[in-house]
Amino acid sequence: MSDNNDKLHQVFADSLNIDRKRITDSLGYNTIPEWDSVAHMALIAALENDFDIMLDTDDIVDMSSVAKAREILSKYDVQF
Amino acid sequence: MTFATELERFGDRVAVQLASGEAYSYRELALRADSLFAPKYSGLVTPNPIAIECSNAIAPLAAYLGALRHRVPALLIDSDLDEPLREQLFARYDIGNVFRATGSWHQRAPDQHSKANTDLALLLSTSGSTGGPKLVRLSLDNLQANAEAIAKYLQLSTDDRPITSLPMHYSYGLSVINSHLLVGAPLLLTPESVTTRGFWNFFKEFGATSFSGVPTTYAMLKQMRFERMDLPSLRVMTQAGGRLAPDLVKWFGELAKVRQQRFFVMYGQTEATARISYVPPEHLLDKLESIGIAIPGGALELIGEGGEPIAEPDSVGELCYTGPNVMMGYALGPDDLALPDMQHGRLRTGDLAKRDRDGYFYIVGRLKRFIKVFGNRIGLDEIEHQLREDGFDAAVTGKDDLLVVAVRGEDVSPDDLAHRLSARYRIHKSAIRVRSVASFPLSSSGKVLYMDLLNELRE
Repeated sequence: MSDNNDKLHQVFADSLNIDRKRITDSLGYNTIPEWDSVAHMALIAALENDFDIMLDTDDIVDMSSVAKAREILSKYDVQF
Repeated sequence: MTFATELERFGDRVAVQLASGEAYSYRELALRADSLFAPKYSGLVTPNPIAIECSNAIAPLAAYLGALRHRVPALLIDSDLDEPLREQLFARYDIGNVFRATGSWHQRAPDQHSKANTDLALLLSTSGSTGGPKLVRLSLDNLQANAEAIAKYLQLSTDDRPITSLPMHYSYGLSVINSHLLVGAPLLLTPESVTTRGFWNFFKEFGATSFSGVPTTYAMLKQMRFERMDLPSLRVMTQAGGRLAPDLVKWFGELAKVRQQRFFVMYGQTEATARISYVPPEHLLDKLESIGIAIPGGALELIGEGGEPIAEPDSVGELCYTGPNVMMGYALGPDDLALPDMQHGRLRTGDLAKRDRDGYFYIVGRLKRFIKVFGNRIGLDEIEHQLREDGFDAAVTGKDDLLVVAVRGEDVSPDDLAHRLSARYRIHKSAIRVRSVASFPLSSSGKVLYMDLLNELRE
């Protein structure tokens, strides 16, 4: 697993307050009770902070899965 | 003559618009509401209360309106409420039929003639996410009076198209529905949150003119760069469900002014159906910390410790509200459902407030033991009680957006307990702090000093 992928999984685990083992590419917004709107915005804040980026509104509302998050971060030159 | 019983008068106008493109006219909504109740309840004069498991969808909305139209008392709860908490609440109130969010009836106990007061229309929880047993008893007159007052000060008309950004089991979310049905406006009904693409696509496609939010909603919108969003149809924003930080009031107030929108900062309680006061938008930027003035038809006053009215400006007293939207009273168990109106239009809010020289009110503290977390009221005694039932020696305190639990005992892991509380009450862990303590600060009479405990564990 690349360093950034590892970091991404850790951000998800911390923000959603779930075990790292549960983080998969297909894990999606609102598919588990832990990933609700409050957790989503905590996740956004953590991603912006840890990857030192500034996300657009469109990115925030499109970040509907772990795979999608990786795709969006790639736009900001984060390498996976 | 109420918004629920007179739906038909708006005939073919759209009552409910869904994101799928499906729409229901006022006539269709009335038919749908009646079809869920007419055959089922034709033989029962006063059936025992039903429960409606709510999400923002056509089926629960129709069931809610059907219950009001057929005078069947209904308890509204979140369809996502933790199953054991839900069943505990149903058992406590002898709930007969349950209307599932999926649109089907489930009979959990035999139907019987109940002794519920004939004015009782609706039961709402004071603390939705903890499944607290204390319910607010509301009459159809309460709902109608509050809907009328809200429609008046927001100047609602058939041209408004509110998007349901709050859940319908929540008194504020429900008040948005009631007040717009009263004027024949179309509801843009969605269960989605402002953080989703689906919400904003729906908003834009059907040209939503207003949305409502709790403080968390506004914090999220700012984080989402709301100032850069292009929403030409938007005319009105409303905020309630707890205190919005003055810097956010200013930020949204100034933005609304530039965009020629109206931003309403409001205050209310489920005990008053929903709404108690509002700040007229033209004065908002001069009154950033205020909860405003009483809604039309209501009155606010302050009373001192001895019950005497406080007239002089800037003196603190308990905020009291008088108006036709004040609940019939609380219920703690099934026998209470038979009780008549105990409040006579008068409510002690439990909030400490002061009034300025212009007659605007300001909340300065709280007498009751609850906090608001992301807009939802959380009863601290309720959580402490449930933890004790689970075998923890715990004391629960907190402030808005932070639940603080002190627990005694060496074999308890604070992290595990925080995790458990987060899962049970669906509260993000950022709003929960659990600490192991050797003892609780006690008064000379042996009562836990919750304020001292909070100060000890604040950071």
